[in-house]
Formats: sequence, C-alpha cells, structure tokens
Amino acid sequence: MSFIETQPLLAALIALLGLGATFGAILGFASIRFRTEGNPLADQINQILPQTQCGQCGYPGCKPYATAIADGDAINKCPPGGQETIDALADLLDVESMTLDAEHGEEKAPKVAYIREEECIGCTKCIQACPVDAILGAAKLMHTVIADECTGCDLCLDPCPVDCIDMIERKTGIQHWRWELPSDNLIASDRAAA
Amino acid sequence: MLAEYALLLVGTVLVNNFVLVQFLGLCPFMGVSNKLETAIGMSAATTFVLTLASACSYLTYTWLLVPLDLTYLRTISFILVIAVVVQFTEMVVRKSSPLLHRVLGVYLPLITTNCAVLGVALLNINKAHSFSQSLLYGFGAAIGFSLVLVLFSAMRERLAVADVPQPFQGAAIGMIAAGLASLAFMGFAGLV
Repeated sequence: MSFIETQPLLAALIALLGLGATFGAILGFASIRFRTEGNPLADQINQILPQTQCGQCGYPGCKPYATAIADGDAINKCPPGGQETIDALADLLDVESMTLDAEHGEEKAPKVAYIREEECIGCTKCIQACPVDAILGAAKLMHTVIADECTGCDLCLDPCPVDCIDMIERKTGIQHWRWELPSDNLIASDRAAA
Repeated sequence: MLAEYALLLVGTVLVNNFVLVQFLGLCPFMGVSNKLETAIGMSAATTFVLTLASACSYLTYTWLLVPLDLTYLRTISFILVIAVVVQFTEMVVRKSSPLLHRVLGVYLPLITTNCAVLGVALLNINKAHSFSQSLLYGFGAAIGFSLVLVLFSAMRERLAVADVPQPFQGAAIGMIAAGLASLAFMGFAGLV
C-alpha cells in the first residue's frame, strides 16, 4: 500500500501545499526579478496635472492626486486644470470624460497672487503656505510674490492675518506676453505637456 | 490530422462559442464592451492568458494530479494555476514592455476571475484532449471570445447613440442585444 492510498487526505494536503508553495516561490522570485521602479502610470498622470499644488482635489499636491487617480480615483477633481485636463486624463486612462466635480471648486481664469506691500507686516505665514516657494521675504520684512512662479492656487490667502494678498487675473496681451516656457521642466509651475 | 485540428478550432470559435453558446465569461463580455478600444485590449489579454493557462493547467493535471491520483482536486488546482499565470504575466509584461502593459495592464487581473478561463481548463480534461488539442482549444476559445467581444462592443457603441426607449436604456438594451447575438450564433450549430 502506497502512502497515497493509505493517507489520501494527507497526500492531497501535501500536494496542494506543494503546488501553492512552488507557485508562491515563482511569484516571489518574479516580483524581485521583474521589479519596476515607481509607478509609470502615476508619473504620466502627474505630467498632465497642472502642478499648481493647490490641494483643491483633497490631496496635498498634484503627485499624490496622480497616484490616487492611478489607483482609481475620479479624474474630475482638479479645478485649475479644468476640462482640458479632464479630457487629457480620460484619453490617457481610456475612460469616459466627465465634467468638473463642483464640490472641489470651479474652473477659473489663471490668476496670480499679489501682495499689497505697504500693508504686509512680515509674518512669513504666506511663505510657509506657498506650495511652490513663490513668495520671497523674511520675518518683519515685507514679502512679495514672484509672479512667474506663482500658480494661483489661493493657498496664501487664508493664512494672511492682515488680508493684504489679492488674486489678480493673469493678463495676456502685448504688455504681458512672454515666451512659452521650455518643455524641459525645471520648476514646478512648468507644465511638461506645454 | 490537420483537418481534425481545423474542425476543433472552428468548432470552438463559432459553434461552441464560449460566450454566446456556452455562456461563460459573461461578466467581462458585458463589462468591458462599452468601447471598442477597451474591448480589443481585453481580447488581446484574454487570448494570451487563455492559451497559456490551458497549457499550464493541462501540464499540472497530467504530471501532478493524475500520478498522485488527486484528480478530484482539479478545480482548486486550476484556480491556483490561473491566478499564478495571470500574476506572472502581469509582472513580466510590466517589466519588459510598458507599452503593452498600458494596453493590457488593467485587464490582466480581471481575467483571473474570468470563468471562461477555468471553463476551458476543465473542459479540456472532460473532453480528454491531448496537449496540442488543449492548446488549440484554449486558443480557439480565446479567439471566439475576442470575436464576440469586439463585435458586441462595436454594436454597443452604436447603441449608445441610438434612440432607445427609456426603459431599455443602458444595460437593459445591452442584455437584449446579447441575447439576440446569442440567437444568431445558434445558427452555427450545424456547421461542424
């Protein structure tokens, strides 16, 4: 009498365990052998997002939102990007395009922060709030915004104790025209897609 | 010999079509047939996995379960085999071809739960197919699945813009269309 005939239950258990262990080993080996760095999909999504780092989507910045989209979050939570970004995301992810989720804000014309410098008391609170380091200044000295770096995210408005920051519309026209930024992005406000 | 294989292939693709005649793999059939592009991606992924899984499950059955006299464990072993094949394929594709991974990526894990894959593996055993027959049967099933999925998704793209009465809109008209397509495929019954 062979072992299989005398102990059918044990034989079945051992066979299945062996099968499972072998497959587990193969997968474990494969996961090390075929490891990929980062999440290529999240990187592609991040390139489409406007990099305002405004947090209106509910995530701390564009990169975390990109990761969330890659994991299946809705694509319509980015007001600064507007419909254009949603369409680009829908195209990339091969899903139906949708309209902007009003809960997260509405699409506005691009804006830039402006500090009324005579009113600024130099508290540095807006500097800490700025996600892209576009505000210059030091304690007890007035601050100012580097307009080219500002993404118009509104995050500096709330912390300001004296309400000396205005959001003014980014003007286009002969006076304010500037070259398109180079596509090699060096700063966060620079869209790679541009 | 060759004629036998050709008959087997035609038989699996058209006469015993897995989706419309045997009613296996209906969830991806209804779920991913909204857009033609996704349907093509799903078809390619399924073809790949089905062929590979039917070969692997045949090998597991012949070289492990039969010698150990454990053929009653075939269903659970095949589930294991399919899950591993899908997972392994996903890892290899992600590493070796990010482009292909973008096309197939989201569909690969879905295939683990595609009952057509398990169905093919079990039917191979029931019909006592040889290794090459199993491979061909798996491939034929996948081609049949792809054919139906692509045809049906093209149809649903048209249905999306058609003037459908309100009670039938959405999934309801999809189900009705699937039923009609199934009726049409019954016309192949006498072919082989």
